[in-house]
Amino acid sequence: MANYNTMELMICTAARELEDGASIVVGTGAPNAAAMLAQKTTAPNLVIMFEAGGAAALVPEMPISVGDSRTTWKAIMASSMPEIMETACRGMVDYTFLGGAQIDMYGNLNSTRIGPDHQKPKVRFPGSGGANDLASFCWRMIVMTPQDSKRFAEKCSYITTPGWLQGGDSRAKSGLPLGAGPYKIITNMAVMDFEPESKRMRIIAVNPGYSEKDVQDNCGFELLKAAKIVENQGPSEKELSILRDQIDPYRYVIGR
Amino acid sequence: MDVIEQGVGRILTDPDPDKAREFFRHKSRALVSKLTTVKEAVEKLVKDGDYVSIGGFGANRVAISVVHEIVRQKKRNLGLAGHTATHDFQILAAGECFDKCDVAYIVGLEARGLSANARKYMESGKVEVTEWTNYTLSARYKAATAGVSFHPIRNLMGTDTFKYSGAKMVKCPFTGSNYALVPALYSDVAIIHAHEADIYGNCRVRGILMSDYDVARSSKKVIVTCERIIPNDEIRRDPTATFIPYWCVDAVCEVPYGSYPGNMYGEYFSDEDHLREWMKVEKDPEEFKAFLDRNIYGVQDHFEYIERNGGIAKMLKLRQKEWLLVGARA
Repeated sequence: MANYNTMELMICTAARELEDGASIVVGTGAPNAAAMLAQKTTAPNLVIMFEAGGAAALVPEMPISVGDSRTTWKAIMASSMPEIMETACRGMVDYTFLGGAQIDMYGNLNSTRIGPDHQKPKVRFPGSGGANDLASFCWRMIVMTPQDSKRFAEKCSYITTPGWLQGGDSRAKSGLPLGAGPYKIITNMAVMDFEPESKRMRIIAVNPGYSEKDVQDNCGFELLKAAKIVENQGPSEKELSILRDQIDPYRYVIGR
Repeated sequence: MDVIEQGVGRILTDPDPDKAREFFRHKSRALVSKLTTVKEAVEKLVKDGDYVSIGGFGANRVAISVVHEIVRQKKRNLGLAGHTATHDFQILAAGECFDKCDVAYIVGLEARGLSANARKYMESGKVEVTEWTNYTLSARYKAATAGVSFHPIRNLMGTDTFKYSGAKMVKCPFTGSNYALVPALYSDVAIIHAHEADIYGNCRVRGILMSDYDVARSSKKVIVTCERIIPNDEIRRDPTATFIPYWCVDAVCEVPYGSYPGNMYGEYFSDEDHLREWMKVEKDPEEFKAFLDRNIYGVQDHFEYIERNGGIAKMLKLRQKEWLLVGARA
């Protein structure tokens, strides 16, 4: 048996994507845990920003809100929402971590509603928040999400946040800033990227204990497969101890 | 500039800057005391049908006393900016005070989960919605603040968020690429909680500012609550610190712990136990009604609300928690 759970694995996998000196806008929960872990391991100079205005904080514990006081603890700047968003608009934010109720093969996300009637939805979710903005402006969007075939949907009920839109060059033609877009999808089962031409989701690594078939069986659309699919490395002892002892000692996120 | 495509969402407020200028032309610049109570401020300044913008960030530096008072006075048919709205949205949904909403973020309380009652209200069909995003609503306030009718942005395009917004897509006359234009948002009333204000309405805020710079300036009427009143001499001693000038402000209310149960930067952390209770009681209509009676309808003001939820001992604990003092964690 592995000595870690899938949430810990996803957080460690996501943290390893962030190189030292990069900048990222994160939300609460798992994305924030991944950014904190990166800052305490391989990326001590990671610039962590929060959309409500916190910039380059040394986050002391898990924030509950992207606007609470933890997001400016020993920070470089307590700024504003326009300041953080405009920093992304002009191309100075490298990464963002997002999630959603649904994701399609091009990485488009739904966090708005289920059901056809917009004014009387079957299920109402929070909406974009900053997701549509950050996915449009940050260079690389990484999605962390549990994987099942309902969530990984053939078609989103509603596209809140742009991925590669309809694939190919559709995003480039749309007017959204060039060169930015979905980069990696990190799930409890696998890591996916996007095939450069079609912009379709593609398996590049499978987590310990899962097969390529498991990944496909838990996806509502056909996944492409990279020429060489590797086995994703589980968390190291060091990563786990920092995550459990320093970042989330009360198991708000890793206890889920 | 030809419109290539446009959203189907209704624009809930008039983006015309000339009409707004005409209003601001007659807004008082007099340096007079605006000190009042929350009850009077809401009676006088919030009318049924008004469009309301709430400063802060959901449960951080939010003028909760005013939001409760709006519910207590049973204001109806308000328009609401769901701009990072969380606990404030939850309270106004409980009172069914609004029936139109510009949505960026609603229904949820971030890491705390989704409000069952707010969600039910939004699924009832009683609320007309137009979709936006956090940044696009910020940009709409910016346009209004600058006295222009729109702000160009480079997102929304290609998504359903554009389709259900009130944005319009045009070609940039300089580069030829697509842009979305979002209309200026002039609110009728803005509600802002500050750390300090003088009796005239000059405000100081510490910590992050969210979109409050533009929310305060673009609103026709502004109600300010503050942790404490400071002398005008102190404002004049350090004008660099003034965040909102008095000529924007219509009412000033001194409400210490005014963001409770939310967080107030450098003052007190959020009361997570109380917010958890809110989330829990919403699932049972009877319990929820009793909870609202105990905490909103059956209390006179914010002080009584705080007394009923732990009083000064609780405030002290939340202050220690805000400063991350060892042993202060709930």
